[in-house]
Amino acid sequence: MSDSTPHGTHEGPAVGQDEWVARHAEHRATHGRLYTALEARVRRIPWWAGLILFLAAFSLLPVFETSGYVRRVGFDTVIYMLLALGLNVVVGWGGLLDLGFVAFYGIGAYTYAILDSPKFGYHTPTPFAILIVVLVGAVAGLLVGLPSRRLTGDYLAIVTLFFLQLFQTVMTNGDRFAGMFSAASVVSKMSVVPLFGLVTMIGDASATLSNGILNVDPFHLFGHKLAVQHGGVFAVAYLYVALAFFAVVFVALRFVNHSRTGRAWRSLREDPLAAEAMGMPVNWLKLMSFAFGAGVAALTGSLFAALNASVFPLTFYFVLLITVYTMVILGGSGSQSGVVLGALIVSPLLEMLRDPSKSRLIFFIALAVGLIWAARRSRALATVAIATVAFGFLVHELARAIDSSWVAGENAGGFQGVVDHWVVAPATLARWIPPLTYIGVLCLLLLLTTLRGVLRLVVLVPTLYLGAFVWENVMLSKPEPARYIVLGLILIALMILRPNGLLGERRVEIV
Amino acid sequence: MDTFIQLTVDGLTIGSVYALIALGYTLVYGVLKLLNFAHGDVFMVGTFIGFGMLQLLGGTSHPVVPVWLLLTLMVAAGMAGCAALGVAIERFAYRPLRDAPRIAPLISALGVSFFLANSMQLLFGAQPRNYDIFTLDNASLYTKGIDIGNVHIALLRVITIVSALVLMILLWFLVNRTRTGKAMRATSYDREAASMMGINIDRVIVFTFVLGSALAGAGGVLQSLRVPTTVAIGFVTGLKGFTAAVIGGIGSIPGAMAGGLLLGFAESYAQGYISTKWSDLIVFSILIAFMIFRPQGLLGRADIRKV
Repeated sequence: MSDSTPHGTHEGPAVGQDEWVARHAEHRATHGRLYTALEARVRRIPWWAGLILFLAAFSLLPVFETSGYVRRVGFDTVIYMLLALGLNVVVGWGGLLDLGFVAFYGIGAYTYAILDSPKFGYHTPTPFAILIVVLVGAVAGLLVGLPSRRLTGDYLAIVTLFFLQLFQTVMTNGDRFAGMFSAASVVSKMSVVPLFGLVTMIGDASATLSNGILNVDPFHLFGHKLAVQHGGVFAVAYLYVALAFFAVVFVALRFVNHSRTGRAWRSLREDPLAAEAMGMPVNWLKLMSFAFGAGVAALTGSLFAALNASVFPLTFYFVLLITVYTMVILGGSGSQSGVVLGALIVSPLLEMLRDPSKSRLIFFIALAVGLIWAARRSRALATVAIATVAFGFLVHELARAIDSSWVAGENAGGFQGVVDHWVVAPATLARWIPPLTYIGVLCLLLLLTTLRGVLRLVVLVPTLYLGAFVWENVMLSKPEPARYIVLGLILIALMILRPNGLLGERRVEIV
Repeated sequence: MDTFIQLTVDGLTIGSVYALIALGYTLVYGVLKLLNFAHGDVFMVGTFIGFGMLQLLGGTSHPVVPVWLLLTLMVAAGMAGCAALGVAIERFAYRPLRDAPRIAPLISALGVSFFLANSMQLLFGAQPRNYDIFTLDNASLYTKGIDIGNVHIALLRVITIVSALVLMILLWFLVNRTRTGKAMRATSYDREAASMMGINIDRVIVFTFVLGSALAGAGGVLQSLRVPTTVAIGFVTGLKGFTAAVIGGIGSIPGAMAGGLLLGFAESYAQGYISTKWSDLIVFSILIAFMIFRPQGLLGRADIRKV
């Protein structure tokens, strides 16, 4: 897949590129030669060839993997890719920070569930249902985008975040709309009840706690149903349906991006004022980007609802929002292939972090890669790496000498065995150890930012070791918060180190 | 009438805490023009620091110090801990991004908020924590208090309102009557010019974060005296604090106080007269209305964008 940003193939500073950006690109060209050459090579592949190759590779997944779990993760990854593509329209192309994005995904899922479930008894044929879902999503996007005409930046972010909160509140308490006005209150005497009769149906009495819609139909056409389970495991058919959706959305969005509208979006993102001065309908363009993003999200929602056969409000909340944002930012917002790559990295990463043994491996690989990347620049950091390894064995032996129960939590064998002879792993953790060591790592990191020179390298050694200790003893046992902590850290680190992500263009805001 | 007085006092209690949070948003926004998404989670950490201090001093059933000292120490610990956290957040997540495009610190702030909430869950679990003030000193904080007609206003509420008020007065004094405050106001007015006048911008920004986060910590402890806390409250509380700041006019300190109180009243009356389930929704509709019809807020100045 070639990159969708216009400056990709130019030599030297391109039109509209700031001197600072140009210098940065030059720096990269001279210093990271291997990476730059690879990047240039990849960019020369025509986008459609890349797309076909990618789709072919992805659809071979079920051939090599028979486990239903892995196939399911593959399907979820395609869902994430679609969501990332949708968010990319709003954030990457339109330059609008839309924090209500997952609400549109939820709206899509709910709309499909309302159109195709025994609860309402419509059982609309799938093509119509999907058409309606996309339209509803796009209209919702237009409506939410309306305040964007007057708001910029952080204000828009907060209004859309409120929209997400509003969606949550309505979906969670929807069945209690009638009870909104308590009997004793004055307002209850007003006759507003007919309006709420409709909304009452969104909640489900049989799912009293989490208020969802159950038994949603799978995709179906002319009486044929696309079953979700096939012989007890996840049906591969959905993976192919999802891939087909992905291909259609990818191509369609690519065409949009290369159309008049796409070019107008880019100019809007770079400088709204100049765009307006050039006679572009700025408000309409903003609304369009909201509607496109929301439409894609809603389409994805219908896939989600059909596969899971149920929808619950809490699926579409802050956690999912951050996950999709991480994908878009990591891959490089503004670049279609970039955000797909982001989803391809983050989605399996999140799955692997559930499993302690894989999670351990990921941590040490990340540590090693980080050190190697850093050591390439100076020999001192190579020393740090060796010192850290030595320091670890030393501390481990000391701990064993003082009290053998401090290292009793280890079980030898393979990679884990090696790690266990390096990291101190007590059999049982005292209650104060996790908070203290965790905060300790953060304090050491803070200290590192204030130190310079040799002292910094010296402090780096215990920091790395304590980090490994915390990962091994505190975070591995609780994968659920731990993997989201990793997500948060990725976001912060990306913003500081490489805000353009893996494949995005580096941009400078014009003030 | 009794209900009305009761609800008004409730609103004042909730509102004074909201005002403390809103002040943090407004201070940081004033100086950095940055919406600190992580502020709600700093508040949440504050509630937990207060809880930790309470446990350290023997819990509510057997406190080792007198009640007034216990409460003071809890608030002080919350303020100190949150101030330190604020410094760390500024150092890691915002300072490297000071000259980046505006969207960058916002996303970084989202990351910080997510990081804090999940870190607290990792370390302390998701179960709610209750300060259990009722068992403290034979429930004297509840039984004592002021009586207006048939309405009993518990001492706890009086303490909350008064301490929030004292903190706000201190803040006002700090900002308007000290050299540091003057530097803050200058930085907020024009950062570049301020730095040319010899003001250490870095120090002013760190100080702003210390102030804002300490207020959030105090607010956290004060609120948790009445309401149990969990690691998940940061998100919604942060949204409400931000709403209060916007209603009052973001960047304006008296505005944040007024906005907090207004929001507290709105929420209290909505809960009393309409419904508890939907009070959040009503609060947020107020925000949307303000955003659309009066974006500069009650006491803010309308911003004219220079081209």
